[in-house]
Amino acid sequence: MNDFAHGGLYGGLIITVLMTTTAMALWFERKMAARMQSRVGPNIVGTFGLLQPVADVLKLLQKEDITPEKADSALFNLAPPLGAIAAIAVAAVVPFSPSVIAVDLDVGVLFLLAVGALGVLPVFAGGWASNNKFALLGAMRALAQSVSYEVPLVLAAMVPVILTGSMKLSTIVEYQATHHWLAVWPFFLGLPAFLLFMLAMLAESNRIPFDIPEAESELVAGITTEYTGMKFALFYMAEYVHTLVASAVGAALFLGGWDGPFAPGLGWMVAKTLLLFASVYWVRWTLLRFRSDQLMALCWRRLVPAGVVLVVASAVWVIVFP
Amino acid sequence: MTELARRVDPHLVIERYDPEAELMLMHFGPQHPSTHGVFRMDLYLDGERIVKAVPHCGFLHRSVEKLCEKLAYVQLTPIVDKNDYVAPMTNEQSLVMLFEAMLKLEVPRRARWIRTIFAELTRIASHLLWLGTFSLDLGGALGGGSTTFIYTFRERELILDLFEDVTGARFHYNTHTIGGNRHDLPAGWSAKVISALDTITARLPEYEALTLQNGIFRERTRGVGVLDGDLALELGVTGPNLRACGVDHDLRRDAPFHAYDEVKVNVATAKGGDCLARAEVRFAELKESLRLVRELVNAVPEGGINSGKPVKLPVQTKIPVGQTYVGIETPRGELGAWLVADGTQFPYRLKIRPPSLHALSALPYILPGQTVSDAIAILGSLDPIMGEVDR
Repeated sequence: MNDFAHGGLYGGLIITVLMTTTAMALWFERKMAARMQSRVGPNIVGTFGLLQPVADVLKLLQKEDITPEKADSALFNLAPPLGAIAAIAVAAVVPFSPSVIAVDLDVGVLFLLAVGALGVLPVFAGGWASNNKFALLGAMRALAQSVSYEVPLVLAAMVPVILTGSMKLSTIVEYQATHHWLAVWPFFLGLPAFLLFMLAMLAESNRIPFDIPEAESELVAGITTEYTGMKFALFYMAEYVHTLVASAVGAALFLGGWDGPFAPGLGWMVAKTLLLFASVYWVRWTLLRFRSDQLMALCWRRLVPAGVVLVVASAVWVIVFP
Repeated sequence: MTELARRVDPHLVIERYDPEAELMLMHFGPQHPSTHGVFRMDLYLDGERIVKAVPHCGFLHRSVEKLCEKLAYVQLTPIVDKNDYVAPMTNEQSLVMLFEAMLKLEVPRRARWIRTIFAELTRIASHLLWLGTFSLDLGGALGGGSTTFIYTFRERELILDLFEDVTGARFHYNTHTIGGNRHDLPAGWSAKVISALDTITARLPEYEALTLQNGIFRERTRGVGVLDGDLALELGVTGPNLRACGVDHDLRRDAPFHAYDEVKVNVATAKGGDCLARAEVRFAELKESLRLVRELVNAVPEGGINSGKPVKLPVQTKIPVGQTYVGIETPRGELGAWLVADGTQFPYRLKIRPPSLHALSALPYILPGQTVSDAIAILGSLDPIMGEVDR
């Protein structure tokens, strides 16, 4: 099988699975939140409400598709699909098992950081094109937040790259399978870098406590204020896909990816991803929200210095114990 | 206007501001999800920073005061119930106390005792609801805020159940009559109260961990929306908002009504006047009310619950010519009622002094300099109820 066919086959597979998982993740999150809040959650559509996401999508498809009169219609309509594409594209380089990986790029880490950062452009474009003050403020915040958190994200992702000596994601996972998971050893480098990575990823995908661009108690719905129906759903889906892919990347970079005893590699990878995903939602349904400037202060005063220290320490570690 | 108020006159700020700055006017509300009902603010923004804030109220105006002039005295309690819809008991109480004062009626000790229990239970329910909505303001409907919100609503249900047992209604009780109460406590009610209080007391540390002890909550509220004690007194701000500025003022202790002269009320105050101080004061009051109800419900005196003389037509109750003001301490502050009577069975003029309106009047002074996010936190921390602001 040539590379092109391989990429096409697995790319299609991963996109299909990702979309289905996103829909199910929505159900899972709602059930989990309901349990945390001593509620029942969706339980009408299908067994245990399992078909609720399908019903939601069908409902959204029927909604009127509105483009505001004063909006920049080209940009306004282009932003949601671009956002979804940027979020899905990252999944291309994620190694789900030794064989299930769409493209095993030599610069996988670079690719996922670069494409992951693209996600902010459609968000800003959508907020700007909406011609709405709430959306504009949301877009402003999204831009500031994403650009700032790009720095600790890159620094955190550098730690496994330095420790394993490769930018290829499959090599990083294989290194962990043969040595130790990076979050386990050297834990004083791997664990903080892992936490830093997850924090920055949370901020990138606008999850509480970092969801200030769409802070619904302040900015109504932020960037998505003017969006309806499927265009809104695409933004919404992009966020979920982003969180899901971020969890997968975190599992691959720090938790050994497909490595694990007794079970096939794919199973381990999925289990680790879902565990990280669930913890993201655990945080989401527990914590309150930061203010924009406090978020920036946290990034530039705490996370960036911590990231720099981690990168330098990793470099020293590699030199001392090659 | 005093020197103090002139110094921070909100309407001057925009002229003093940098004329080169391009300000954005943001209409905040009345359909905004977190304006606690229908409240509108015109925010002049420089980036995200508020330069000037002009509050507008009146979107929920129902002409309650005018309506009261057309109804007989005994018909008024269910009308004012809807004013402060989070603490309906206190609305009734302020009104019947006013009529009793003008009729020089002595309320039986048992009735006063029951009113005190109702007032304190209402305070618990109201502060629980405030905690939930304030978390919602800080954390959003799709996140940790709504978790606290649903928890506190669950506990508030317990209190509504208690009221339902006594009055048959969960919300608009109409249980106070001129001269006493309409409903006596049913048998076994005090045991139910104690068990509800136990549940709330046991769960309170969890809410404290989710809010007051949470780092993000403290970050978001500390030093935000600082209200000066002198300015608060100048504007007539009362209740927890005033006590959070360090002013030790509580009508329950300073001008006892109901049975408050027979129990000791520990008044909670805090320094700082910011959102955190207001939250701390409300938490302390919540605990104090739990203690008070526990103390009161075990010692309800025996006796009648109404001293009103039996009349053939209650609607014909007439109040002699004169005017009186009565203020009581509600969960939100001093709820006053002022009546001008002309000797008929209808009020000539009834004026209600809602504590929330005075709390909101502080907004133009404390909002400039804060961000949009802070505006929500500040508005939530003042605990306004639009029903009583607009009446």
